[in-house]
Amino acid sequence: MVYVYGFLFCGGLCMIAQIIYDNTKLTPGHITSLFVVLGALLEVLDIYDRIIEVCQAGAFIPITSFGHSLTHAALSAAQREGWLGILTGLFDKTSSGISFAIFSAFLVALCFKPHD
Amino acid sequence: MTTFNFKNVYVKSESVIVGNTEKDGPFGDLFEDYSRDPYFGKSSFELGEIEMTRLAISKCLQKGKIKQADVAYGTDLMNQLTCHYLASELNCSFTGLYGACSGSALVIGHGAMMLEYGSVHNVLCFASSHAQTAERQFRYPNEYGIQKKECSTTTVTACGAVVLSNEFSDLKITSFTMGKVIDWQFKDVHDMGKAMVPAAYQTMMDHFYDTKRTFDDYDLVLTGDLGKIGYAMLSEMMEKERFQLHQKLNDCGILIYDINHQDVYCGGSGCGCSMAVLLTHVFSKLRTKEMKRVLLVATGCLHNVFLTQQNQSIPVVAHAICIERS
Repeated sequence: MVYVYGFLFCGGLCMIAQIIYDNTKLTPGHITSLFVVLGALLEVLDIYDRIIEVCQAGAFIPITSFGHSLTHAALSAAQREGWLGILTGLFDKTSSGISFAIFSAFLVALCFKPHD
Repeated sequence: MTTFNFKNVYVKSESVIVGNTEKDGPFGDLFEDYSRDPYFGKSSFELGEIEMTRLAISKCLQKGKIKQADVAYGTDLMNQLTCHYLASELNCSFTGLYGACSGSALVIGHGAMMLEYGSVHNVLCFASSHAQTAERQFRYPNEYGIQKKECSTTTVTACGAVVLSNEFSDLKITSFTMGKVIDWQFKDVHDMGKAMVPAAYQTMMDHFYDTKRTFDDYDLVLTGDLGKIGYAMLSEMMEKERFQLHQKLNDCGILIYDINHQDVYCGGSGCGCSMAVLLTHVFSKLRTKEMKRVLLVATGCLHNVFLTQQNQSIPVVAHAICIERS
């Protein structure tokens, strides 16, 4: 069942994004930012953690998870260290993802050349 | 009066170099040379575009049997123009003109004016566009792997160079209509074909008014790069004005690719597109006497990327040149 829920959640998000892209003048950058904000909002309302319980990887993969991780890390650091934690803890969970993205981009750029 | 008439401007030689997709298109055999490699043997796409232009110019000068031109006009689609990088090799007076995709008619028109009213004998005009460099300039870098919209066009990788001269030859440039810039508050940068329609319409009307001609006086009227959607819109506008088109109106962006079998969305675009179609398809039809007089209305979107990002509109322009068999 987890696979089905995961597929439905992640696929549903992608479908919404595609519908927005095809029918509005929003650029992919706009849509991505929108989904990050959406993920953060769902986390604040304590919904995203429940979605993760049900859909697991299906909720971790889409970009909404980035918004969720940012907010989650900031809030938990705030609980530990007070207000300053929002600033220091913001990238706690996402730093691994960002570093890995930069590192893999570096590897790919070393090995391949863009083509038409 | 925005139309300049010429009595003494002839085509001496021409040359077109293209990329991979254009070679596989319907005019593949007409091009002088091609490269399957988008880098043209260089280390970056920009250097590749310069190399393509260099090849086109040297072949064109070779065919015209001249060492150098007296004056040269060039255009391309890059920031601050890349053609300046090879202008120093031309060893002649040079002006880089920018008219986006309307550049082809713009350089030929200015070259013709220089020949008619100045005291020079040979003028070199060239226009180049390159799919990878222009996509990065106007849309997104190809490496980003963005989904293109159905109304988008594909930038043509091509460079066309032509030497105009006041020595008699089989083809002549007879008039040039310099277009008016039109801003109709259109903002969708993904649909540049549609954006340019009013400019094409305006320039055609100006040309017909100034020369007292209509579609009947031409064997073919070609727009630059409107693509499928823009072409349909322009045809509708013309028919509303009660012009009898008789299949005389066509678009270079549609002609240069096999639009039903090649993956090019709405058709080709870029100043290399109209230049390549003019110098190959149109010139060969004129030379084989299938046609007598052709009008090229090259259209261009003159938007600045920073200003469209600030939600400003797209100014558009179209320039027309008339080519005849002498």
